[in-house]
Amino acid sequence: MLLKLTCLVPLFPLIGSIINGFFGLKIGKNAVGLIACGSILLSFLTSVLIFIGFLMLPEGQHVFEQVVWTWFGAGDFNVDFGFQIDPLTLVMMFVVTGVGFIIHVYAIGYMHEEFSYYRFFAYFNLFASAMLLLVMGNNFLLMFIGWEGVGLCSYFLIGYYFEKKSACDAGTKAFIVNRVGDFAFLLAVMYIFNVFGTIDFTDVMHAAPEKLIYGGEIVTIITMLLFVGATGKSAQIPLYTWLPDAMEGPTPVSALIHAATMVTAGVYMVVRCNVLFNLSPLTMTVVAFIGGGTAIMAATIGMTQFDIKRVLAYSTVSQIGYMFLACGVGAYTAAIFHLVTHAFFKACLFLGSGSVIHGIHGEQDMRKMGGLKRHMPVTYWTFLVSTLAIAGIFPLAGFFSKDEILYHSLMDGNIIFWGMGISAALLTAFYMFRLVFMTFHGESRVDPSVHPHESPKVMTMPLVALAGLATVGGLLGIPLIHGWHILHNWLEPVLHFDLANALKHSEHMLHEAGRHAPSWAHLLEPKEHNLWIESSLMLFSLVVAIVGIASAYIFYIKRPDLPEKFTKGQWGFDLVQNKYYVDELYDDSIVQPTIKASKLLWKECDAKAIDGTVNGAAKAIGWFSRQAQVFQSGFVRNYALFMVVGFISLLLVMF
Amino acid sequence: MLEDSVPLSHYLMLSATLFVIGIVGVLIRRNVIVVFMSIEIMLNAVNISLIAFDNYMNLSNGQIFSFMVICVAAAEVSVGLAIIIAVHRNKPTVNLDEFNLLKW
Repeated sequence: MLLKLTCLVPLFPLIGSIINGFFGLKIGKNAVGLIACGSILLSFLTSVLIFIGFLMLPEGQHVFEQVVWTWFGAGDFNVDFGFQIDPLTLVMMFVVTGVGFIIHVYAIGYMHEEFSYYRFFAYFNLFASAMLLLVMGNNFLLMFIGWEGVGLCSYFLIGYYFEKKSACDAGTKAFIVNRVGDFAFLLAVMYIFNVFGTIDFTDVMHAAPEKLIYGGEIVTIITMLLFVGATGKSAQIPLYTWLPDAMEGPTPVSALIHAATMVTAGVYMVVRCNVLFNLSPLTMTVVAFIGGGTAIMAATIGMTQFDIKRVLAYSTVSQIGYMFLACGVGAYTAAIFHLVTHAFFKACLFLGSGSVIHGIHGEQDMRKMGGLKRHMPVTYWTFLVSTLAIAGIFPLAGFFSKDEILYHSLMDGNIIFWGMGISAALLTAFYMFRLVFMTFHGESRVDPSVHPHESPKVMTMPLVALAGLATVGGLLGIPLIHGWHILHNWLEPVLHFDLANALKHSEHMLHEAGRHAPSWAHLLEPKEHNLWIESSLMLFSLVVAIVGIASAYIFYIKRPDLPEKFTKGQWGFDLVQNKYYVDELYDDSIVQPTIKASKLLWKECDAKAIDGTVNGAAKAIGWFSRQAQVFQSGFVRNYALFMVVGFISLLLVMF
Repeated sequence: MLEDSVPLSHYLMLSATLFVIGIVGVLIRRNVIVVFMSIEIMLNAVNISLIAFDNYMNLSNGQIFSFMVICVAAAEVSVGLAIIIAVHRNKPTVNLDEFNLLKW
């Protein structure tokens, strides 16, 4: 049976990582690259086999679990080291291994000059392994292992250029900010265990509607904690500050970890726990507001940055905000759809920016680019396709996923959510084309000593592949025509939620507790899929995207003097360009006080109190010993005297 | 019978007296040979009490013990004298106050 291969998927990259990590220097660069890409390719092919096996499952069975061994057990509490294959997991597996493989290939070219090539690939494979563990684990704790594993690899890879202080700081920052979210996530897992007595996904999701009261405190606390975990990993307000700094890492890292896979783990987790989130309308509203707010805020910052990778980083934050907006209004399919298409076009954009940086020898400032179109045509065209995709131009992938989110945020949410979404869409189109125009069009502002050149084939082929995916990815979710949304049909078993049943249980539980159940009748009204609204929304957002592009064209091609005029001396612009001073705010309110408190604890508490006690004890014993030393004279007869005296006093005591 | 003529307490008195003489000899004399002899006196004081009890209780354990003690004493004498000679070779004196080697 093909599904038995499940445990191999995370194992291949792990083995690759071990080989590269321990023997990388000996076996040479070619072998390292081959092992790294080969292991992830094997994972991909195994995923395909598993997919086939999954399709052959009997009708009505939508989840396959493989328990490899019992990880640990204490009393009734058993945690299995097991994998779970369901439609959602399969989607994520394909994204991780597929996009991961393409980026691995690209990295062979991009990292070729590096000495510690093997170290990079060891971490990269380890990351893939941890990410697969995250999406394939069948319980919260295993997911947490993957969750921490990807965070660790992210830390390693951000700090890859560890001789650079800024890279080290960025790595530390990412790690520490993530810890905040991880802590909340762990608390949520503990609470879930407390409530359900198990942390198995299937059991928890199955029991949730019967054990938790709709809108009750318990489910709200659990989901809030889970969401705080997601904000850390997925760089949402208020824990987003680490992601832009994470661009210190090599560009393939930014593409794989900080755009395509790891940062979307939060979205995956929310969708995985959709039953819990569905039970808490308050959390859902918070998720949608945080998502929409992040989408707008990050987009505004993205408009003002000049570092090409930072623009893309803020764009990532903004797009993940979109996904959370979708989750918040209950459109989980749309969230996953956008996750997938985003993985395609954002990975392509990051790799394209890497190609640009590679082609002009490490320059990242867009003010020193321009006119690169004729020097690197492949990069330009793939970049343009992906940019059109992210801006939401028909018929590229981003158009479908983004419009689905916008439609649901209006129909299942309200006009505020939709407003947030559509304004973020406008900003996205603007700043992405600002990026394209500043980088590839107009006069060349490249340093004359640098001769821009197109990247080698090993780097451009992945770009073409990803641009291709970004073009056709939208076919996964064809809107308007009923039954043509492949992803929706595919994810249906995971996202199926019987609200009426849950409400009935909640009412029952409330009655037993002697409380009055509020009226939930309005929640059960069936929602019509309004084709007319959907198609007009599509048209509208297309117009919005074109407006964004056109204004970018006016600002950066037609009248390059305009941006200067509009921004010079404007306090609003300075505010945005300095990222709303959020970093400074965190620094002043959290980081510096923590450092001061730590120093205080170190100097006063640790150095004085604790060290003083320990050293004092040693000194006291030393003093006492010196006093006792006089008895040890070295004269035999003295010792004999002591013995006699001792013996006599013993006799006196006894009689 | 012996116990008819001399009571046990006399033997014990003799033994205790000899033992105290030995102790005092060890404590106050400086000559290492004399100290050594005092130790032998103490051992033999113990032998006397062993034999006395043996006789008094009509057992033979005490005799066996005292033989053991004598054997050990003989061995100890040889080792002790060897040590004294070794020490004397390092320092031409047998005055115990000149030696404070028994410490680290």
